[in-house]
Amino acid sequence: MRRGWVAVAAATMVVLTACSSGGGSASSAQTVNSDASKVSGTITVLTNRTDQLGDGTLDKYAAAFTKIYPNVKVKFEGMKDYEGEVKIRMNTENYGDVLPIPSDLSIAQFPNFFSPLGDAAELSKQYQWTDYSTVGGKVYGIANYGTVTGFVYNKKVWADAGVTEWPKTPEEFVTDLKAIKAKGQATPYYTNYHDGWPLRQWTDAIGSPSCNPAAKDAMASTATPWTGGNDIFTIDSLLYSAVHEKLTEDDPTTTNWDNSKSLLATGKIGSMYLGSWSISQMRDAATKAGASPDDIGYMPFPSTSGKPCTVLQPDYKYAINKHSKNQEAARAWVDWFINKSGAAQNEQGISSVKGTELPGALKPFTEKGVQMIGQNQEKLATVKKIDKGAEINLDAPDYRQKLVDIARGAAAGDQNSYFAELNKKWSASQKTVG
Amino acid sequence: MTALQRDRGTGTPPAQTAATGGARATDAATGASAPTTRRRASRRKGVRRHWWFTPWLYLLVPLVLLVTFTYLPIGDMIGYSFSDWDGISPEKNNVGLKNYTDLFTRPELFKVFLVSGVYLLAAVVQICLALYFATVLSFNTKFRNLFKGILFFPYLINGVAIGFVFLYFFQPHGTLDSLLELVGIHGKFLWTGDPDLVNKSLAGVSVWRYTGLNLVLFLGAVQSIPPHLYEAAALDGANRWQQFRHIIAPSIKPVISLSAILAVSGSLAVFEIPYIMTGGANGSQTFVIQSINMAFKFDKFGLASASAVVLLAMILLVTWIQRRLVPEERVELS
Repeated sequence: MRRGWVAVAAATMVVLTACSSGGGSASSAQTVNSDASKVSGTITVLTNRTDQLGDGTLDKYAAAFTKIYPNVKVKFEGMKDYEGEVKIRMNTENYGDVLPIPSDLSIAQFPNFFSPLGDAAELSKQYQWTDYSTVGGKVYGIANYGTVTGFVYNKKVWADAGVTEWPKTPEEFVTDLKAIKAKGQATPYYTNYHDGWPLRQWTDAIGSPSCNPAAKDAMASTATPWTGGNDIFTIDSLLYSAVHEKLTEDDPTTTNWDNSKSLLATGKIGSMYLGSWSISQMRDAATKAGASPDDIGYMPFPSTSGKPCTVLQPDYKYAINKHSKNQEAARAWVDWFINKSGAAQNEQGISSVKGTELPGALKPFTEKGVQMIGQNQEKLATVKKIDKGAEINLDAPDYRQKLVDIARGAAAGDQNSYFAELNKKWSASQKTVG
Repeated sequence: MTALQRDRGTGTPPAQTAATGGARATDAATGASAPTTRRRASRRKGVRRHWWFTPWLYLLVPLVLLVTFTYLPIGDMIGYSFSDWDGISPEKNNVGLKNYTDLFTRPELFKVFLVSGVYLLAAVVQICLALYFATVLSFNTKFRNLFKGILFFPYLINGVAIGFVFLYFFQPHGTLDSLLELVGIHGKFLWTGDPDLVNKSLAGVSVWRYTGLNLVLFLGAVQSIPPHLYEAAALDGANRWQQFRHIIAPSIKPVISLSAILAVSGSLAVFEIPYIMTGGANGSQTFVIQSINMAFKFDKFGLASASAVVLLAMILLVTWIQRRLVPEERVELS
């Protein structure tokens, strides 16, 4: 028992020191000297884009940056499994100077790891999505660009099956997939089950079916989210029916993401649920496979509210390591990369700088009057806490892989029993979070 | 006389060495020493500096590595298992035995050991296969070195590469299906997609991978059996099976029991092949994969550490029981 008290005392000490040091550095945000030649230092930028590191894209950005800031040296460090590796690195003080915030990190933890970039009231005038990383009125990360979510599809496959209009409801979507299956030339929907993360993407649709920016926040106060009327129910039911009606690939356990791109491009696959960032990749794949890049289309998640909606949300948000010795140089890089580098436009992303034009790939969305909504972030920390406590993890593919297994008859149960199980876990965890 | 023999001949007690060493040094000072005497003098000095900790100096590097990378992490892990740490926050609260009670009050967490059963059966197959090949290859078989190489080769390949190769192997219309079609078996098998087949397929991969290792262990043991035993047995009219039953099997018993221990602990802690090939999906989740998910997907480092501690305890227990059932004994070959 005595040892227990010692440990509690030690833990309290740790908490206290953590709080005080957090409070100390959160008081002011780093600014950059207006004389660019006075900014100096060597900064390390962590990146998840190992592809851009390999093909020299990032080096080009660095070269353009050093033209303006001649005394700053920028180094990159790529991580193939970014989410997995960076969280372990963050147990030390050495996790680069500038880094994308791992998407799994709880927002309440941001002040423990990152330097504040400025007051939310001010930065939100300049950038979108600052509320995704605002803790106590300070912004800790700014996204470079955002994407909308929806289905990337092969227009030709859908037209050949006689579908020319976007499905308006989830039921219509399943009927359309059946029409494609009846044609017999393409797998109507491809789950990418084996790679997993494309299944995770379905979570990003929360808010889209009901056209409600508060749909995700609502999960904090809903004891049973997997019941009719909630977005997560609509989303997972749609996936369940698609798999259950055999409208997906035969053996989902052997899917291959890189291969799926050219399969979609050449009309062997009808559709996949992915962020709008995937459009440019699919078009590249089409060009490589000798198909027409114009066949690649993009549609929003079918609506339950009567009007098409899509959730506009940020990609990785860039933050500065609290322990960085080159705060000024790091800040200079973040500002330059987001405002001046043009990286967002190059990726067909929607720049976070307010007042920038939409990328060309999303023209049909504006033409057809798809409403782009945001996602409220007030209760994000609570939702995450419930989610992890329930061992569901909406941000990992595992629970949805099991959903697919049940739908195709490879695991015991059916939609109702699995949703009941998820609801039970959710409400039990919600009680402990309070 | 060779140099080695001469050196051996000069072994003298340290005290005497010191005295003569001193005398030689004065010789050297007068400039009358020959090259041979000088060399002897330095050798004697080496003998004198035989500190008690010399063997520990040699052990220092491996011991430091062992402590840093094995014992300290295990100590940390046991520490985490009593906390509610989420893997990243600076605060850790002591929650006492809560993680352990959690673990033991949730039977679904132990259900994954059913998967280990499949791997255990596969391990039996693997040991039998390895024994068979070891016996056959220790007699005069044609191309036996070639076969040894072929059988051992899979063990040398990186586990990740094996995972990827077998993903293609098991795909619908993949290599395995084409092979089966060649011998007239047409059918639609989902090797990793079918919940009844997935663990058998994955266990098959690990049999393929580890048979070579067992084979090499067994071969080494079989070859230490004096050949005249077989001759005598053959004269008495024993056939190959009887020779195996009464000569080979008893002689290599310690190696077989070692393999059995490795097989049991291995099947309790299966990890890389299912993790790479299916990620634990479709009912192929093992206890280790489950612990990893606990830690890195659900941020429950405390619970994950507790399950790692339980796994460690289970493996130690199984090994101990096995040691009691099959005690280590010296095998006398004559």
